[in-house]
Amino acid sequence: MAKQAAIEQDGTIVEALSNAMFRVELENGHEITAHISGKMRMHYIRILPGDRVRVEMSPYDLSKGRISFRYK
Amino acid sequence: MNSNKIILKSDEEIEFMRAANRLVGMTLGELSHHIKPGITTLELDRIAEQFIRDHGAIPTFLGYGGFPNSICTSVNENVVHGIPNSKPLDEGDVVSIDCGTNLNGFCGDSAYTFSVGEVKEEVKDLLRVTRESLYKGIGQAMEDNRIGDIGSTIQSYCETNGYSVVRELVGHGIGRQMHEAPEVPNYGRRGTGPLIKNGMCIAIEPMINMGGRKVIFESDGWTVRTKDRKPSAHFEHTIAIRNGKADILSTFEFIQETV
Repeated sequence: MAKQAAIEQDGTIVEALSNAMFRVELENGHEITAHISGKMRMHYIRILPGDRVRVEMSPYDLSKGRISFRYK
Repeated sequence: MNSNKIILKSDEEIEFMRAANRLVGMTLGELSHHIKPGITTLELDRIAEQFIRDHGAIPTFLGYGGFPNSICTSVNENVVHGIPNSKPLDEGDVVSIDCGTNLNGFCGDSAYTFSVGEVKEEVKDLLRVTRESLYKGIGQAMEDNRIGDIGSTIQSYCETNGYSVVRELVGHGIGRQMHEAPEVPNYGRRGTGPLIKNGMCIAIEPMINMGGRKVIFESDGWTVRTKDRKPSAHFEHTIAIRNGKADILSTFEFIQETV
């Protein structure tokens, strides 16, 4: 049985929650909770409300995501 | 669903996988004898489920995420995950059947697109190219290559022949669970993706459309069909990487082509 591919979308940070979690508003209007990826954590990349970011989401749970990139 | 680390299998575990996948091949073979105009996909599902259970295995699709049957039957413009129903197959249809088994704790997963009676030449060509792209992809599955090499090869071969590659659905690792890491897309760039190593077991399953690549997820929550309603083909093999090369665990040897 084929698996659904992980979805990559862009969004904007709405607010910072505790434990490196953020509320992100996606381009399609949905708001999700996303955490910062380990790779970004490792390189000390800071994310603030208002930043545009790329989020990876599983098609099986569209309310949670992983922030994989912060745009300039 | 294991979406994190890639689980490598020992040689003994690969033999268990081979048995589970061989059973899928035998099931597809059994179904091939019944595929003719007039039969319904629901009857095929019953035959498959009985066959799998008679051989001491469990059909993995039944109940998986709520899927109601043991095989996926996807007719013509349906790409994958078609739910068996009582509509009879017609002469000229193509139906892709995807089947999964769990034998002794290990999973098998394979799929084949069958022609029902006489099928248009252009559709026969789609099936031929899709099947060939599967084997070309398998040829890229060698140690020290990357997963992206598989998808890149499948994509260029199919697109060169004028067909399009579905993006939303992908192949996958497989083992004690049906869906494991990594994802194995049928598109991509060479040199990207996880490294392929000995002990990896993956299911490569090109889903190729005659028309455009856009697909629609139907309201039944499962069936995927092409947006332009042109036919789609799907072939799947489960392979293991052994001694640096691909070892095809599933088989089409039992399938009897009527044409």
